[in-house]
Parts: sequence; C-alpha cells; structure tokens
Amino acid sequence: MSNKIENLLNRFAEAAEQPKRQLDAHIAAGKKVIGCYPYYAPEELVHATGMVPMGLWGKPGSPNKAKEYFASFYCSLVQMNLEMALSGELDQLSGVIHSTLCDTLRPGSQNFRIAIEQIPMIFLAHPQNRKPDYGKEYTRVIYTKILNQLEDIAGRKASPEDLAKAIRVFNRSRKARREFVKLAGQHPELVTAVQRSQVLKSTFFMEKSEHTAWLEELNQLLAAAPAVDWPGVKIVTSGIIADSPELLGIFDDLKIAIVADDIAHESRAIRIDAAEDKDPMEALAEQFAEQDQDPLLYDPAINSRPPHIVEMVRQSGAQGVVVLMMTFCDPEEMEYPSLMKGLKEANIPLLKIGYDHQIKDFGQARTSLEAFADVLSMRA
Amino acid sequence: MTELKNNAQSNAAPPAETEKPAKVWLREVVEKVYQDAWDAKERGEPVGWSASKFPAEIAETLGLRVCYPENQAAAIAAKHGGQRMCEYAEALGYDNDICGYARISLAYAAGAGGDERPMPQPDFVLCCNNICNCMTKWYENLARMHDIPLIMIDIPYNNTDEVNEENITYIKAQFDDAIKQLEEISGRKFDEDKFAEVCANANRTAQAWLKACSYCQYKPSPLSGFDLFNHMADVVTARCRKESAEAFEALAEEYERNVAEGKSTWRYDENHRIMFEGIPCWPELQKLFKPLKEKGINTTAVVYAPAFGFVYNNMEEMIRAYCKAPNSVCLETGVEWREGICRENKVDGVLVHYNRSCKPWSGYMPEMERRFRKNLGVGVVGFDGDQADPRNFSEAQYNTRVQGLFEIMEAQKKGE
Repeated sequence: MSNKIENLLNRFAEAAEQPKRQLDAHIAAGKKVIGCYPYYAPEELVHATGMVPMGLWGKPGSPNKAKEYFASFYCSLVQMNLEMALSGELDQLSGVIHSTLCDTLRPGSQNFRIAIEQIPMIFLAHPQNRKPDYGKEYTRVIYTKILNQLEDIAGRKASPEDLAKAIRVFNRSRKARREFVKLAGQHPELVTAVQRSQVLKSTFFMEKSEHTAWLEELNQLLAAAPAVDWPGVKIVTSGIIADSPELLGIFDDLKIAIVADDIAHESRAIRIDAAEDKDPMEALAEQFAEQDQDPLLYDPAINSRPPHIVEMVRQSGAQGVVVLMMTFCDPEEMEYPSLMKGLKEANIPLLKIGYDHQIKDFGQARTSLEAFADVLSMRA
Repeated sequence: MTELKNNAQSNAAPPAETEKPAKVWLREVVEKVYQDAWDAKERGEPVGWSASKFPAEIAETLGLRVCYPENQAAAIAAKHGGQRMCEYAEALGYDNDICGYARISLAYAAGAGGDERPMPQPDFVLCCNNICNCMTKWYENLARMHDIPLIMIDIPYNNTDEVNEENITYIKAQFDDAIKQLEEISGRKFDEDKFAEVCANANRTAQAWLKACSYCQYKPSPLSGFDLFNHMADVVTARCRKESAEAFEALAEEYERNVAEGKSTWRYDENHRIMFEGIPCWPELQKLFKPLKEKGINTTAVVYAPAFGFVYNNMEEMIRAYCKAPNSVCLETGVEWREGICRENKVDGVLVHYNRSCKPWSGYMPEMERRFRKNLGVGVVGFDGDQADPRNFSEAQYNTRVQGLFEIMEAQKKGE
C-alpha cells in the first residue's frame, strides 16, 4: 500500500514542480488556459467556459524586469507573477484574472494591464461588505461580467448546466483536499510536509477532475492506513504561502508534522463550498460571502480569526502554530498581534518565520524551528 | 437626497476677523474640530475616529463629533513623535512594514500617549477603504482594542475612468446602512435638510480649496506649494464646516492680493517649479524644504488639490466623488489628475516620493514617472522616504536626488 501512496505522491510532486509541463499539456490538448491571481478568483467560471484555470502564486526567485514597475518593498508573490509575465513565461495564457484584495494587488493590477499587452487582464475587485444582500448582489454582478469576458475569450457561452457542473467539480475537489489535509495530518509518517504541499499546490496547475481522481484514490489509501504514533511534534501553519521544498524539508528533518493549516494557498481557499441547489451565480456570490477568518477580508465580527485558529489547533491535536509571515504582506502583519494575543491566552506556543519567494537560505528558519520543536516536545 | 444647496458661496458672510491671516484661521478651525471632540466626550456623547475619505457628511449631519487618525498621525510625525509611536506599535507586534500612520494610530489607541496631537479615544470608528486596503485592518484593530462598533464603507478599487452602476448601487446601500448605524449611535434621526446644508458646506469648502490651490498657476506663484500640505488638515478634518469654507475663501483672497501686489509666501527665487508627488515626509519637512529653497525650486503642484477638491450635486455624484480617491482610481485617471495640475501650474520637474508607508500609492509610480517624462517632457526624479517614520528617510539620498532634478531642469531651461 505504501508503494501505491508513494507513486501517487510522486505524480503530484511532478505536477506541482513542473507547472510549465502542465501548461504545455493543456495547450496541446486544445484547451485555453486562464491564469488566476490570489485570492478567491472564481475559477468555476473558467471551468464552465471550457478553459483551464491555473493559479498564479509566483515562483522562487528574485524580480528583475518587475523592478521596472515595483519598488523593492512589495511582496514577492505579486512581483514574481509580473516577472513571469514580463519574461514571456505566461504567453500561452489566454487571459489572467487579477484580484485586488490587498494594497500590492491594487497597483499590481494596473502594472499588469499596461505592461502585459499580449494577455487580456480580467479585473476583479471583490466587495468587502460581502455578507449583506447588496454585497452578494454586487459579487453576482461582477462575477457575471467576468463570466462574459471569459466567454469572449473562450468563444463559447457557459450554460447554466455548465456552471452547475463546474460548481460540482470544484466542490468535489475542495472536499477531497479538505479530507486530504486531515488525513495527511493523521499520517505524517506517510505524507511528508514537502509532499503535503505538492499535493495541494498541484491542484492549481492540473485539470480539477484529474487531480480529484488522484486525490480521492490517495485519500482512500491514507484512510485505510493504520494509526501510528508520531515521534515528533504537530503544528498548524498560517500565512499566505508555504511551498518551498527547502523550508518544508526542514520540517520533515525535524519531525514537525503539519496537521492543519491556515494558509491562503492551501486551506483558506477550500473551506467553503458553493451551493449546488440554487442559481449558480448566486451560489458563487454566497460562497464568497461566507468566506471568513482571512486577513485579506473584512471581518464584520471584528476578531473571529484568533478563536478560529485556536479551535483549529484543538481539533487537529496540534501543539503549536508556525506563522510563515510573507515579507511585505501588510494584511497578514496587521492581524499578527491579535493572533499572537489569542494564542497566548489559549496557551498555544507560536513561532513566526519570515517567508517569501526570494529566500534561498533557510538556515535561520532551521534554528528557530529546532528550538520551537524542542519547546513543544518538552511541553508534551 | 434632493438637489443640494449650492448657493452657499453667494450667501457667504464676510470673514469676521478679516485682519487675521488665513493660515491662523485655518489652524483654529482644525483646533476647533479637536476641541469639539473633547467637549463632546466631556458631555458623555460618543466620539468617533474616521478615515480621511469616509463620507464625513453623514456624521456631521447627525451632529456626531469625529477625529481623524491620519491627521493626528501626520501632526504627531511632524512634531517628531513618529518614531516613538511607531516603535511602541512595533513592541505590540505590529511589523515596521505597516503604514506609519496606522502604527502611530494603533499606538495611540493602545495608550502610548501622543501629546503632540491628543484626541479623545473613540466610541465608534468610521472606516472607508477608498484610499487603501490597509485602512480596513487598521480600523478593525481599533474596534477590537476598544470593543466598539465599526462602520464600514467599502469602495472597490476601480480599473477604469468610469464608476460602474453596480458600484453606485452597492455603495449607496452601504451609505444607507451607515446612516442607520450612526442614527443608533447618535440617538438622532437623519435630517435631510441638515444633510443638504452639510453637503453645501462641503462643496463650498472644496470649491474654496480648489480656488486657493489654483493660484499656483501664476508665475511667479503667490504661494509656496508646501503651504498646501499644511492646509490639507482643514480639508480632511473640517470640510463640512462653514468656518472651513470661509477660511479657505480668505486664503484664496490673500493669494489674490499677493498676485496683485507681486508678493508670495515663497520667499526665495523661483528658478523652477515642480510637482511634489505623494504625501510629504512629515517628520522631515525642514529637510525636504532646505535644498528646494536653496535652489529656488517652488512646489506648485500637489495631487491633494484634485484629490480633496470634489464637488457634487446629488447623492449619486457624491458617491462617485468618494470613488475618486488617490489610491482608488485607475492608473490613467491618476496620470490625468497629475498631468492636469502639472500643465496648469507650469511645472518643469516632478519629485516623486516613494513612500515606504504607502504601497497602493507608490505601487504605480515607476510607470507614472515614465508617463510624466514622455507626456510632459519634464525631469522626474524619485527618492525614498516615509510619511511618518523618519527611519525610512535619508537626507543624503534626498539631497542628491534634488540636485539631480535641479541639473535636469537647468539643462532643459538652457535648451541643452
């Protein structure tokens, strides 16, 4: 059984680490591909028009050409997306959905639009007052406009059935990913931190149905695996993105298992499904309205995130939280003191590590993680 | 809302103390905003903190006293308290990457003091994110610290010159919600006549502000453009007040007299005229000013003129006006604003502040620089700084960049 698991994990790893190969395969199959910036791009709409959504979350490296558009104090995720576009690496895309939920994405949308003439930019400005009826209606209207733009690019209309089907496909993918996160947390002896990340990351590059099929098979195997005592420690991760194999390899070396996450690139985006029994556009608007506990989003409850993460720690059996703080990410930075306070009140240890796509040497992170693992072991 | 009373200007009473310099009068108007807040607090009335481009007309109509954290932060920074307050916030866990205004404000809310510009702690907060997304989390943190209501008006960022109908519908519904919430907080009903009067005052203030700013077009200019940075406090904190409109009208009259008499508040040579792009580095105003005056470079264009000089005739126009904040408009509109004032005010150079505190503003400046050079044919130079945290400003770099701009402008003047 472990061979089967390993084989599947290797396939996910290949997809995660070679997005260009995935892109080429989509194009070779006659599909158009739409790049989707973080956060909460309605990928279902892309799918419903017969195209493939691919996540744009930057890549390891330092901006060069993008420096012509951004000063140094902007997050590497947005800078590296622009760098890829300026370098022609995204030229096979038929369009890009550009969101604006943070103060780097705002000007980032303008820089992309004017600098990358060869790729149509589909602008997305979500409402922050997303919960009242008028907020949901606004989401529905802007999503409909986005759908119209996608239809123009695709050269075909999306029928209500196409939209409903897309919702079902994505709900199934989200469910499988949520299940995987849980199972990977229960079986760190079978799924390393590096592999866990690759499974979740590959979903941004693959056709959802194919990814889900692989993942459901993997989940079945993991669910059937016998429970094993984990000799290391268990933690929850929090942040924007944490996909560096170098950093996650340190987690594995130190036997620090990730048993749940509050990572935008991983679980934040898959918490909420869209209803399958109502108008698809309304369902997608409601889905966004129900997103919560995210530093990128206005929190009408004012302080709902710290208790949510405390609960996540309790439910998952984690012993502490590791925040991977994206450099220059002010929404995450603004919410850090409240998270710190909430965890302290709940007596949950916290470690903050700086993270971005430009970091090559994680030596300092290793030292901090070693000390943190020791602290958690002693408390156990 | 019915058509607003825009006849306020013609009915304006002459300034009561015409001999008083307008700048003193303007300062007193701001002082009164803060004093009124203290007095309201003393009486046990709820006092709010408001984002600078939250629709001030709503709270003013309901007779609620509000203070402005951005203005407070700028005042504290200008009086050299910025670093102390920023460090206090950092000790609370706020990263030094976060906007300096936000850090100062959060420090003050957490009890750091702030004698440079004290104001009562809030009983409610008014957040509008038209100027930045940072505002949303900043105000959530304030509401959290004090366990008080937050009234949120979300203005989605705009990618085109036009404001779409769905945005108007969405924002109007939020205005209605905000009115309901503030009626509850104030214990008063929203009076449409009072609202019309408040809007008329806001329009009159905006018109007077724009008129005062327009004197920069004269060559030589009857004012130092840096004066406008100081007077911005009124347009931020008191634009719904009649006194504010009157004080700006008096300021415009002074500039008119200066033109007639060949005088100016710029007391140096005017060898060159520039646009100062961005918020000034408040802690370093003297250092900013020094090489400019030495080289005879007057600032005759600041983007705050169009940014706060908005006039409207009805609710829909008012909503559209609040959609047009410096960081909520698309690149093309931002360029158009700036190039408009550069042309009107005859600048021959642009000095761009890459403001470490303001990601949405600085984030499209490199492209704007290119457009200014191409479309205006003027020298453009940037420098690194911060609106509130002096640790992010280097005087040596600034002086070098100003020298560079000066040399470009000199060469262009000589036709090289």
